[in-house]
Order: sequence, then C-alpha cells, then structure tokens
Amino acid sequence: MLEVLQYQFMQNALLAGLLAAIACGIVGVYVVVKKIVFISGGIAHASFGGIGLGYLLGINPVLGAMAFTVASSLGIGLVIRRTRLPEDTAIGILWAMGMALGIIFIGLAPGYAPDLFSYLFGNILTVPFFDLMLILILDMVIIALVALLYKEFLYLSFDEEFSTISGVPTEGLYLLLLCLVALTVVVLIRVVGIILVIALLTIPAALARQFTHSLKKMMLLAILAGVFFTFSGLWISYVLNLASGATIILVSGTTLFISFGINKLRRRAREHDRNTNAV
Amino acid sequence: MTAKELVRLENVWVYYDGIPALEAINLSIESNNFLGIIGPNGGGKTTLLKVILGLIKPNRGKITVLGMPPEQGRKYLGYISQFNLFDHDFPISVFEVVLMGRYNKSGLFHRYSEEDRKAATEALKAVEMLGYKDRQIGKLSGGEQQRVFIARALVTNPQLLLLDEPTAGIDPNMQTEFYKLLHKLKEEMAIVLVSHDISAVSIYVNEIACLNHQLFYHGSKEVSAEELEKTYRCPVQLIAHGTVPHRVLKEH
Repeated sequence: MLEVLQYQFMQNALLAGLLAAIACGIVGVYVVVKKIVFISGGIAHASFGGIGLGYLLGINPVLGAMAFTVASSLGIGLVIRRTRLPEDTAIGILWAMGMALGIIFIGLAPGYAPDLFSYLFGNILTVPFFDLMLILILDMVIIALVALLYKEFLYLSFDEEFSTISGVPTEGLYLLLLCLVALTVVVLIRVVGIILVIALLTIPAALARQFTHSLKKMMLLAILAGVFFTFSGLWISYVLNLASGATIILVSGTTLFISFGINKLRRRAREHDRNTNAV
Repeated sequence: MTAKELVRLENVWVYYDGIPALEAINLSIESNNFLGIIGPNGGGKTTLLKVILGLIKPNRGKITVLGMPPEQGRKYLGYISQFNLFDHDFPISVFEVVLMGRYNKSGLFHRYSEEDRKAATEALKAVEMLGYKDRQIGKLSGGEQQRVFIARALVTNPQLLLLDEPTAGIDPNMQTEFYKLLHKLKEEMAIVLVSHDISAVSIYVNEIACLNHQLFYHGSKEVSAEELEKTYRCPVQLIAHGTVPHRVLKEH
C-alpha cells in the first residue's frame, strides 16, 4: 500500500489535500460562525464562469476562476450591503448566472474542454505543478490576512453592530472575508470541484465546533479534520477505485454525523446520570 | 460640575419605506442626565439609539455627538443592544467579549496591551464576573450575559451609556441588581435607557421622555396621563413618585 506514496502524482495529491485542508479549516470556521454558507455556495458556483472564461481566453482556467471569483464575491457583497435586494435572492441570481456564463464561455471557446469534469467534481490525483504552487501562495495569503486581522474578523462575526461603533471597518472587512472565501474556493476547485466545495468549507468547521469554544482552536481542529478527510478519502477512493472528490465529501459527512451521534448519546448519558443522582 | 451637552438632535426624521419611524425629534442629552425613554414596541426607540450611534442615517435633521458627527463621536458612547440578539453558540469567551470594548483605543492591526487587559479585568471585577472570564458567553445565564455586556460597554470609558431594553429576558432579582448598578454608574456618566417597561424605568431614572414616532420630553419624570395616552394611544398606568414609588391605575 505504502509504495503508492512514491509516485509523484500521489505526493502532489497529498500536498494538495494538506493545503486545501489549511485553507478550508481557517476560512471555513468564519463561513460557519458568521453563517455565510449560502453566499459561499453562490461564490463557489459562480466560479464556473471563471473556469469558462479561462478556456475562452486560453489561459489556465484556475487563474480565470481566481479573478472571476474575487470579482463576483466583491459584487455580491456590495449588492447585499448597499441595495435592498434580499440577500438570498441576490445569492441565487449570482449562483445561476455564474454557471450560465461559464457554459456560454465554454461554448464560445474553440475546441473541446477536456478536463471540464474535473473542475466540476475535482480530481486531486491530477493537480498540475503550477496549480499546486498557486494553491500554496493562496494559502499563505489567507494565513497572513487572518493572522493580521484575527480580532477584527472575530468581532465582525460575533457582533457587527458593536464593532462598527468601536471603529472596526466592518464593510471593508466583510468584503475581504468574501474574498477569502473566493480564494479558498479556488484552492478547493482542484481537490473536490466546484459542486462539492461547500462541503469542505463547512464540515471540518462544524465538526471542530463541537469540541471547543475558542475560534483559534476551532481553526486548528478544522484543519486537522480536513487533513484527515482528504487523506482518508483519497486512500479509500484509491483502494475502491472511486471518484476522489466525492469520496472525500462522503467520508467528511459520515464522520460529522457519527460525531453528532456520539455527542448526543454522551449528552443523554450525562442527563441520565444527573437525573439518577438527583433521585 | 456643570453639565455639558453630549448629544444633540435637531429636527431629526427617519423614514422606513416612506413611513416615518421618527418625526421631528429634538433632544439634548447632557452629561448629568439619567434619561428613560419609554414607548410602545415599534415606536422608534431602537431607531433613535441607532441614529445617535450613527448606525442609521436620518433622512432629515442634524445630530451631533460631543460636537462631532455620530461616526466620529460614537467612540465616546457605550452601547448595550437589545438583549439576546447574538448567536449563543458563538465560540468566544467572556474575556474576549469584554476586550472588544478596548478596540476604539487600539484600532486596526494593533495588539492589545497589558493596559487593555487590565482594563478588561477591572471591568469584569466591577460587574462581579471575573470568575467567568474563560467561559463561553453563550453558556452563561441571561443576567450574567447582561453583566458581561455592561463590562464591555464600560471598558470603553463612555461619557454616555445607551441601553436598549436592558432588562428584557432577565429575571426580577437580577433586574433589581442591574438597576442598582446603573444607580452607581450614573455618578460617572450620563445614561439613556430605552424600555417599554414603564414602571421599572420610572423608579430609577431622573427624567422620562415618551417616544411614539414623536418625542414628548418633560425634563422631569412626572408624566401625566394625557401625555402617556398620547404616546401609547390608549389608557395606561399613571406614574407618580414621592418617597415611595407607586403607581395608580387609571380606569379603562
């Protein structure tokens, strides 16, 4: 089994999984505690427009996705903040229009789009070296921004009104947070694909939340969970010859449900103890 | 000490979808005020506080906070928002919540100093919550959370404390404690307390204003039945006070 680790593609896949886990562990925690899961889903799907744009312009689709996703996250952020369009309506529109643009762009692009499927559903085993380096840089950007603005993001997520009064630049930070989501989406596209991104943005953070009430510890736990999910999902998909992205998501979701179940049983046992002691 | 004017509103109008929430509000809050603003739900009480804090821009009129626009002056204000509006599962500790109040002193990119931590510790001590400093805020009882939010407002060293329905969701014992604490604080800062609970407010504050889109301000806390009826548009309890606070229920 271990000899598979000697292959370059497997080493790349593991590195991609690790880097993806770091990005989604950190940003996913904000997505979950600030309750911007639906916006993140919209941004993720809209990134397909950027993939299409990449094909059309003949550049690396991941680069196309990066520019397009950052732009669309700023756009949706401003629409939500500054207009009276209901938030979920705005997200629904962005979600579908991004994908529609992607389809049009790909249709207009000359020739055939051979690895389109891997952008939609991910293929961690075929991450090219250039994309790997891009993911590495995006990870560093995310870590640096969150380290610099840790307390500001915490305040924004916890109590936006009080933060505004205290002088936290909440609107700018909110837009920046959406950009971080956009960058994370780009990191995750190669690993699990556009359609499945939202699972890795939410499941590790939701799992971590059950074990701590410190945002920092939650991030660390979410990263560890993400590493476990991508590595074990990759291994299972290799052994059983299944699609890697989908396997990673199913491993993540199943682990989360088991963890919820165990927690619930433990709580019930504790209540039972308390009741019997009381009698 | 002579009182100085902290907040001034001149002919302030706020509309939501063309319907006025605040109509022609004129109000001056001075440094020795302990003002209670009462009025029915939906009467614009929260809107008024948010206008003072610069969170809502008025459609007409002028607001100054310490002679400045609200966006600049609001860092001298302490604010406790309507209770229980936060996510109770949020991963944040009591100490972190209180430290938030020091942000206006440190700002973007700055790390909190030893002095900030000391101020937060002192504030928690003042509200007798220091023993809970590492607990998750959502795990505390309503009254305990309330005291933490008071501590957060206090570490900003406000000249004026704005409280929005501070006793909603708190049991009666804690409410008495809470008003005692306000009684102490009013020596150091002006306080504006917004509530629909007329009886509780009338006992503790020095002045009462009634707000139902329009503001009826009396400069004392003797409120006549006619004025209350104008505010609530129905017969309500009459407030009077002497050595013992008491209320007289008017015939309906």
